[in-house]
Amino acid sequence: MNTARTLLETINLTKSFGGLVAVNGLNFSVKEREVVGIIGPNGSGKTTVLNLISGALRPTVGSIQLAGQQISNKSAHHIARNGVARTFQLVRVLPGLSVTDNVMAGAVFGRKRLWKNHALNHAESLLQRVGLEDKRSLPVSSLTYIDQKRVELARALAGDPQILLLDEWLAGLNPSELQTGIALIQSLSEEGRTIVLVEHVMDAIRSLCHRCIVMNSGQLLASGTPDAVLSDSAVITAYLGED
Amino acid sequence: MNAASVKNLSIAIVCIVLAALIPFVFNGYWLSIALTAMMYIALSTSWALFSGPTHYISLASGAFFGIGGYLVATGMSDYNLSFWLMMAIAAVVATVLAALIGMATLRLSGVYFVIFTLGLAEMIRNLVSWVQNNFLGSRGLYVLTDFTEAHIYWMLLTVSVIVFALGWVISQSRLGFAMRIIGNDETVARHVGINTAKAKVLLFMTTGFFAAIVGAIIAPRYSYIEPNLVFSPELSFLVVIMALLGGMHRLWGPLLGVIPFTLIWEAISIWLPNFTTLFLGLTFLIIVYFLPNGVVGLLEKLRARVAT
Repeated sequence: MNTARTLLETINLTKSFGGLVAVNGLNFSVKEREVVGIIGPNGSGKTTVLNLISGALRPTVGSIQLAGQQISNKSAHHIARNGVARTFQLVRVLPGLSVTDNVMAGAVFGRKRLWKNHALNHAESLLQRVGLEDKRSLPVSSLTYIDQKRVELARALAGDPQILLLDEWLAGLNPSELQTGIALIQSLSEEGRTIVLVEHVMDAIRSLCHRCIVMNSGQLLASGTPDAVLSDSAVITAYLGED
Repeated sequence: MNAASVKNLSIAIVCIVLAALIPFVFNGYWLSIALTAMMYIALSTSWALFSGPTHYISLASGAFFGIGGYLVATGMSDYNLSFWLMMAIAAVVATVLAALIGMATLRLSGVYFVIFTLGLAEMIRNLVSWVQNNFLGSRGLYVLTDFTEAHIYWMLLTVSVIVFALGWVISQSRLGFAMRIIGNDETVARHVGINTAKAKVLLFMTTGFFAAIVGAIIAPRYSYIEPNLVFSPELSFLVVIMALLGGMHRLWGPLLGVIPFTLIWEAISIWLPNFTTLFLGLTFLIIVYFLPNGVVGLLEKLRARVAT
């Protein structure tokens, strides 16, 4: 892992909303082909970090670099074209479009910029990849929650991103769906995808992440392997409070 | 080209030929109604190119239309310039103005955008009126050309055909796909890599361009023009109502709103001239309560029911 190049790096990343500092001087990096988990109690700034990386928000201070290029001053669509794709905490499918068109959206405008049949074929292969091949003609609104999440994942993958951001992609799934979901992300990781995921499901963190960073009140509390950080006493205190 | 598109193209050509023949069959009163309908077909269809996919309701049509009519009138009346030159200038001015409005309103959505466009159109109307009254002496302008109603009608038909052709090209393009995604979820659109600002402004400029062209073509029909006539807020509302009545999710939707609406509007103007505003309100209620997707939506629903 250590020989791989650094793909994503945040330097003194800070975001404040008025008086509230949601992310405070965060430094971390993600190497190519690495799966990094961001964990922490509610309100610790995890989603804000993803929003800053994907360009939904601009940092107040600090910068973010993707493959050595600064992206934190760019708008979201530039960042997406440079190869950052994401899913959303509250699943966001495009309700007026077919399942296939939802995925094509990623293929047409993402890093690949495919069009017509190329985009269609790419979308179909990704639908198969996430296990939706027999649901491609259904209206998106009729899909179950996990299937909508699959659509979102396929859309994010369709742009062939350099880095994939998953914001609680596994939240709200039932136990058997959770196993399917973990296996799916595992297979993406084995494919060599670089993934940053925000997650509360500790099983998923343990089985998927090479490395974890723990946030608390917008600051980096700990980082290291999932086992190491989850047994860190500061982390346990942050989650459970002091007794 | 597959069978379906050959069929659609054939239907389109037949409709265009039939529409082009109207001045040979009708004259006087009915031609004048057809002309009004053709004007609204061009305006509503081009308006829906932007507002259909994005659901941004613009009430600025009157401003762009007014720029077309007013510049043609000023140029011809005060400076002896040709109709065609003034039409081209008006189109450029309106397109640039649309770009500016588009960029200024990018962050506005929903009702804020509606109010902004309405306010802006009113501001332009008052500004032009004020300049005209205080600095340019006369209040009205004369547009004297050799155009007959038939000529004006054919020009508007040409514009409508171009709007439809452009609409079809856009629907087949990346821009069209981008607009559908923006209409569904703008945040997702940005995050899949769509320059939403550029796409929206481009389409808004298109509607400004066509509204100005239509305003310019219509100017000779009025012969006498003053700012309050061409910068009419009523026109902005009519364009919206007709497009909504027809349905905006199909390119030919507004067409099915314009034709019945224009006919009823004309009938009411003759028999119950004081009730046109009431009719406008009633139509709006009908759209909201019974035709959320317009006449097209109703037809599609009926067709689906017959099919099953």
